[in-house]
Parts: sequence; C-alpha cells; structure tokens
Amino acid sequence: MCNDKELKKKAAEIRLLALKGIHAAASGHPGGSLSIAEILSVLYFDQMNVSVRNPEDENRDRLVLSKGHAAPAYYAALAIKGFFPKEDMCSLRQVGSHLQGHPSMRKTKGVDMSSGSLGQGLSVASGMAIAGKYHNKKYYVYCICGDGELQEGQIWEAAMSAAHYKLDNLILFVDHNHLQIDGELEAVMNVTPIGEKFRAFGWNVNEIDGHSTKEIREAVLDAKAVKEVPSVIICQTIKGKGVSFMENQAGWHGAAPDDGQYEQAEKELEKEALA
Amino acid sequence: MSLSTREAYGMALASLGSTEEFVVLDADLAKATQTLAFAQKFPHRFFDMGISEGDMIGTAAGIATTGEPVFASTFAMFAAGRAYEQIRNAVAYPRLNVKIAATHGGVLIGEDGASHQCIEDISLMRTIPGMTVLVPCDEHSTYLAVEAALKMDGPVYLRFGRCSSEPVYTKAAAKFEIGKGNVIRDGQDITIIAIGDLVFEALKAAEVLEKRNISTAVIDMASVKPIDSQLVRRYAEKTGKIITAEDHNVIGGLGSAVAEILAESGTAKLRRVGLQDEFGCSGKRAELQEKFKLNAEGILEAAAYFSC
Repeated sequence: MCNDKELKKKAAEIRLLALKGIHAAASGHPGGSLSIAEILSVLYFDQMNVSVRNPEDENRDRLVLSKGHAAPAYYAALAIKGFFPKEDMCSLRQVGSHLQGHPSMRKTKGVDMSSGSLGQGLSVASGMAIAGKYHNKKYYVYCICGDGELQEGQIWEAAMSAAHYKLDNLILFVDHNHLQIDGELEAVMNVTPIGEKFRAFGWNVNEIDGHSTKEIREAVLDAKAVKEVPSVIICQTIKGKGVSFMENQAGWHGAAPDDGQYEQAEKELEKEALA
Repeated sequence: MSLSTREAYGMALASLGSTEEFVVLDADLAKATQTLAFAQKFPHRFFDMGISEGDMIGTAAGIATTGEPVFASTFAMFAAGRAYEQIRNAVAYPRLNVKIAATHGGVLIGEDGASHQCIEDISLMRTIPGMTVLVPCDEHSTYLAVEAALKMDGPVYLRFGRCSSEPVYTKAAAKFEIGKGNVIRDGQDITIIAIGDLVFEALKAAEVLEKRNISTAVIDMASVKPIDSQLVRRYAEKTGKIITAEDHNVIGGLGSAVAEILAESGTAKLRRVGLQDEFGCSGKRAELQEKFKLNAEGILEAAAYFSC
C-alpha cells in the first residue's frame, strides 16, 4: 500500500521509464502509454495482489492489457515493481529481448496474457474471472481497454457475457483519452456515451479523472464492494499526459521522440517525479 | 453405419469428464456439436457463451491461463473461420491449453449449403505455428483423438463431421497417435492418404483397384499436423504414386500438406481428391458426395490418371 503522493511519484516513474524504452527502440506508442500511468500505479503499487517472487501464484490478481500497444508503460510498471531490471527497458522491441512490441506472457515475467490485437482482452479477462469463480479463488481480474478499442464488436460480446456470468471479480478500465490513430474518437467512429452503453449491458459504472490516483483507488474499492455485476471504470485521460508537446496529439500515438524531444520530455517528467 | 464423429466427440467428453479435469464452452450449438451430453452431466463445468464465437475463444484462452484445460466447440465455419484471429492471437501465440473442437466440417454436412460448409478450416489452422490439427475418421478413432488432445498441453484443432460415418476401426483395433499415420491396408502400387469420411471411401476404392491387380495402400492421416512425413516419404518411395482424399479444399488441406512433403523429397506423383477450389452447395450427403467426387469413384478417377 502506498499513499497518494507515492502513487503519483510511481506514475511519473512509469512515464519516464516507458519513454526511455520507446526512445531507445526508436519506435513504440507513447501517447496511450502515458495516459494509463496512474491506472498502472494504483494497480501495481496499491491494489493488485502480485508477488515478484511468485509471479505464477494461482491466487494472484491478474491484469490483461487489452490495449497492448501501451506495453512500454506496462513493462515500466513491472520493472519498477521488480519483475525484471529497469535497464531491460533499453532492449524494448529489439531482437532477442523479452520485451516485445506488444505483451507476450511467454516472454515477460509478470505479464498475465499476451495481447495487442484490439478487442480481445476483455474476453480473456472474463475467462480468467470465470475460472476464478469456478476454482473458488478470491482473486480479481483487471483489464485495460482503450476508448477507440470499444469500436471492436467483441468488446460488447464480452460485456454481455461478463454480466451474464455475474463476474463481480472483473474490473475494466477504459482509457478514455478521446484520440485514436485517425483522429478524434468522436469524429472517427463515435463510441460515446460509453457509460450508458455499459449500464445498458448491466455493468456497475464509475466515471472518474483517470489521472487522479485518489479517484482511481476509490473507484477500485467501489468496484470490489459491488456484488454480482462486473465493474467498469471510465477514466477521463489525456493522451500523452505528462509531456507538454505530446498531450492531446493523435500524432504521438505511435511515434518515438528524437533525442532533443526525449531530452525535453525527460526534464518535464523528472520534475514531476521529484515533486 | 456407426456414430458420426461429432456424436462420438460428445460421448467422449461426457465419458472423459468423469475422470479428467476440464471445462467445455459452446456458442449456442450444444445440441448440434453434441457438447450437450457433457453439459447435462456436469452443468457447473459447462459455459454457454451464446452466439459469439470470438468471445468464446477469448474466454477459453482466459480460463486456460489458470491451468484449466478447455474444450471450445462450434461449427468449423465459426471456429476456424469467424474466430480465426482469436485462435491465432489469444490461443496459439500464447500456447494456451485450448482444444478447439469444431463440428460440421466439410461439404458433406449436406443441406445447409456453402455458408455452413467449411472447406478452409484445416488450411487455416494448419498454418498457425504450434497448432495441432486432428481429423479422426470414425467413432472409435474420435474417442482416442479427443483423449490424446486432452493429454497434451497446448492448442489443438479437432475437426468432426456431421453425418454418421462408416466404421473404419473396431473398438479393439482403433489406433490413434498424434504425429502418426495409420497404415490400414498395405499395398505396392498406389497409396491413398485420407482423412475423415474419405478414409472409408479410400478403403472401398482400394478394394476395386485390388481387383484390377493394382495393389493399394490406405493411410489414415488423422494427425494432419504434425503430419507423419516419414510415413509419407516411405510410401512415396515404395509406391511412387499418391492420392490424397479429403472433404476440404485441395488448397491448403491434407493434399497440400502431402504435396509439401513430396515436393521436397521429389519421390512420387500426386493427385488430390477434394473440393477443387469451389464452394459447396445444398443437397443430400450422398448427392454431394457424388457431385464433388468425394467418394471411391473420385479416388478411382484419380488413380486412372496414373494410367496403371
């Protein structure tokens, strides 16, 4: 358990390390990595029951990063947690590295499921939650989806089945940063209102500021208290959060910073981490 | 007539369920895929996912991450077809222990027509790294295939037919091993390598050829992947002429798998019996067998090509 100030600091560290990896790889997805830093911070440093010493523990909580392109932030959180050395981030996306462009459960310690093809993670998380109930385990399954990802039909198949099977051990985060590759979410393919859709599917819905570690924590606790229905936490976020020139820019979805840009980003994030 | 391979699959699940730990998922086709028998016997181990095959495969993958083996069933069209990418990315890439048990493979399902006659599934599944592809030919070999799939840790695609199949094996003589072909009858002049319903047709064709003094071997290649390439090469050298027979497009299926081996070894002539890159259509099974030459006659025509 961490206090709020520490969780904010962890989020800044996640951003720094994620960007370091992307810069070293000269490829990757900074925008959507930076927008989920607080979610990962609260999960790995406050809420999730995971053990670095026993990463395969059958009673552990699980995370499916359905928006697998945010892998740099995921790896950063796992490295800070201690699953592998932080220096490994410099091997991101390189041949022979255990850090693939998108998460691979067979290569990276601490990764619970391979992902990357959008729309599939919620079904997998549902399956883990079904198995948890079937085996009488007390673990929680977390899933992080992008808002653009909700355009995939399979998400709504899973939304239906998770409610049908009363998966109250399943907690979904929607990273609602309002941007996707081709532009603004609402302009490319309007998937809003997201909360109303999940409510109609029978979910417990919370809409919060996705950069407030306090609100994230409270929403998770609320989700854990709700019985018989799955929960979704819709997080209002800023794509590229924490790096001034990346914020709210769709162009930073899948582009790596050059040396000068990285230097500036590092300065901004270090200030945040030390604050 | 004995049971269809899908009926044998359903019985195998219900029977193995008593001693083995696994769960079963279906996508609103439990009666047709025959998973119903298991569902009735072990209701808490059965999950109907409704008509949503992509979600079913993803859910199966999630369950399998916890170490629980899963059978996920629907028609071949909606498993290998609709949910191809879920199988590829959520099951095969992470090497999860999911058995995709698809029924109603091929055109010989009959009246439903081309939209439901999957003739591409073996091809699609065979091309996925690490996927095991099994196509048993009758009731008894189906039981053994289901048992073998369950015993191995990793993704498997099992393909079953809709209609009753002629028995090829007696219960005592039934043989099945992943990676091995079964030589059901030996011969010197031609080898017929077949899967599914075409194994019985191959045996019928072999008898006719025998009467014409053409000594014919018949191999049941139920393990399409990994294929028994050693056996194929041995019979290619021995007989010099090979015919493959399957209720599947000749592109990408058993015919292609054998062609790949022969092209590398360069040891035999090959003819492929199957759908000649065309869609099926509605009709009675026997009529479709006749129309698409998925029978002994089709195999004999292929043999005639060798003019021996």
